[in-house]
Amino acid sequence: MSTLLLVVGLVFLLSAILFVVGLHQMRTPSSARRGNLLSAAGMAVAIAGTTVYAVVASGGHAWGWIALALGIVLGGGFGAVRARTVKMTDIPQLVSLFNAVGGGAAAAIAFTGFLNETTSGRVRLDSSIPIVLDVIIGAVSLAGSLVAMGKLQGVIPGRPLQFPGSRLVNTVVAVVFVAAGVLTIVLPHSPVLLLVVLIAALLFGILMVLPIGGADAPVVVSLLNALTGLAVAMAGFVIDNQAMIIAGALVGSAGTILTLQMAAAMNRSVRAIILGGFGTGDAAAPTAGPGAGAENVRQVTVDDVGIQLAYAQHVMIVPGYGLASAQAQHEVAELAKLLTDHGIDVKYAIHPVAGRMPGHMNVLLAEVNVPYSQLLQLDEANAAFETCDVALVIGANDVTNPAARRPGNPVSGMPILNVDHAKSIVVIKRSMSPGYAGIANELFTDPKTGMLFADAKAALTGIITAVKEYVAA
Amino acid sequence: MTATLFSNLAIFVLSLLVGFEVLSKIPSTLHTPMMSGANAIHGVVVAGAIATAATVDTPLGYVLTFVAAAFASANVLGGYVVTDRMLTMFRKPRPTTSVPAGKDVES
Repeated sequence: MSTLLLVVGLVFLLSAILFVVGLHQMRTPSSARRGNLLSAAGMAVAIAGTTVYAVVASGGHAWGWIALALGIVLGGGFGAVRARTVKMTDIPQLVSLFNAVGGGAAAAIAFTGFLNETTSGRVRLDSSIPIVLDVIIGAVSLAGSLVAMGKLQGVIPGRPLQFPGSRLVNTVVAVVFVAAGVLTIVLPHSPVLLLVVLIAALLFGILMVLPIGGADAPVVVSLLNALTGLAVAMAGFVIDNQAMIIAGALVGSAGTILTLQMAAAMNRSVRAIILGGFGTGDAAAPTAGPGAGAENVRQVTVDDVGIQLAYAQHVMIVPGYGLASAQAQHEVAELAKLLTDHGIDVKYAIHPVAGRMPGHMNVLLAEVNVPYSQLLQLDEANAAFETCDVALVIGANDVTNPAARRPGNPVSGMPILNVDHAKSIVVIKRSMSPGYAGIANELFTDPKTGMLFADAKAALTGIITAVKEYVAA
Repeated sequence: MTATLFSNLAIFVLSLLVGFEVLSKIPSTLHTPMMSGANAIHGVVVAGAIATAATVDTPLGYVLTFVAAAFASANVLGGYVVTDRMLTMFRKPRPTTSVPAGKDVES
């Protein structure tokens, strides 16, 4: 082992330690930021080690370095700008995009490795196998993440897209990339064959995500995230870079755990998600208005809600995706502050999957400076509903449906917030349209419930004005 | 099987196991930042782009290097920046941001 190899090896070891400790610290909110910075330091170390080794050991052509520099400036610039300017409600799409390009980069590296080795002689099995795996996984991740991003963004319909014989087409495509992949491993001569693998895997990624419902898209993004990790580890095998193998494998397994926990929080199995067909997407009523089914509910006005809140002692706010899509985080924080300033106890009940994906609502509320201690997680919140005077549900639906306690319907068994245990309930919602589960919410027809049909932002602004009148008096 | 492949394989499998252990329980509060943080870590693929740049000597190789570098740096830089931005928001706001004290200490 030369001195250079030893030093680079130690540097990679250091980066691995930083990644593991960083990931570990990201498990608790108080140390999460430091964890991410440690992981970033690990990344810097890994990049520095690789660069030194690449320059000293192989040298390379000037054009290669120019292409690299150009790519880093353009890609890095784009990534940094998007990351700084993205709205917090659009985070899932951005993560999906970064995931897509990560998978694409891994596939491109494997492809280049294959071209280099075929021109310089015979490709050995211990690089052809990871090359083929890398191209397949990377391409599936690239195409799949782009489709998932489209679904989250609403460019591609959120409802499951299926066509007759789609399963047959999937099978054929899978057979094609497996066959071409095996051929490439056994007879590694032709880049054309690897290109067939690439195209078939891209197609498979698209077909895999299209039938998945918009509600499940975040779980799929997490799954593809884990896949990209594995693709990167494979790329590490191809170019014999241990930092990539370690970091890729860490993301592969940590991403799998995260996917399972997200799916569990949504009461969905990963298998059922992949098979697809759940959820109708974002087909919410385009105009504000009660719509069908509104005749059985009690409607209230912003003034009614204002009085109720002003004379309550314990208020629980239940935010859902409707709050995020109406960009009403600021209004909800303002209302909560107004109430707390007048001695009313205000808490937020955060369902694990409130928002666009698990944990998303916490980010959105943190953005508007809601104190962390006011956010109650599922179990704490359910205990607090027993003594709660007014539960204010803003754009949340399925996660509040008492039907989940009974077997035999699409939400059965899903962990829900016991909003119906509160003394009275106000639901702000644009219409009676069902949530992703596609069934009516029994909470809305509860005699204790008052429905306020409006856009979350407009309704909250109205309620704030009303509350100000009553508390001032 | 060569010695290099074997040691790389061992590293790979052990890292997979560490990944399972290190994240066994994540509060759902942190699922989103966690996913974004893991997403940033696979941006290590940029190291692959650098290593590749040193080995290519054909126009196609240069193009692939450019693509890999652009994709990978968007992943790594964007991933860390957006994760940090999210996690900064989890900091407790200072009293000056007019959060009434007293009411928010519970349990």
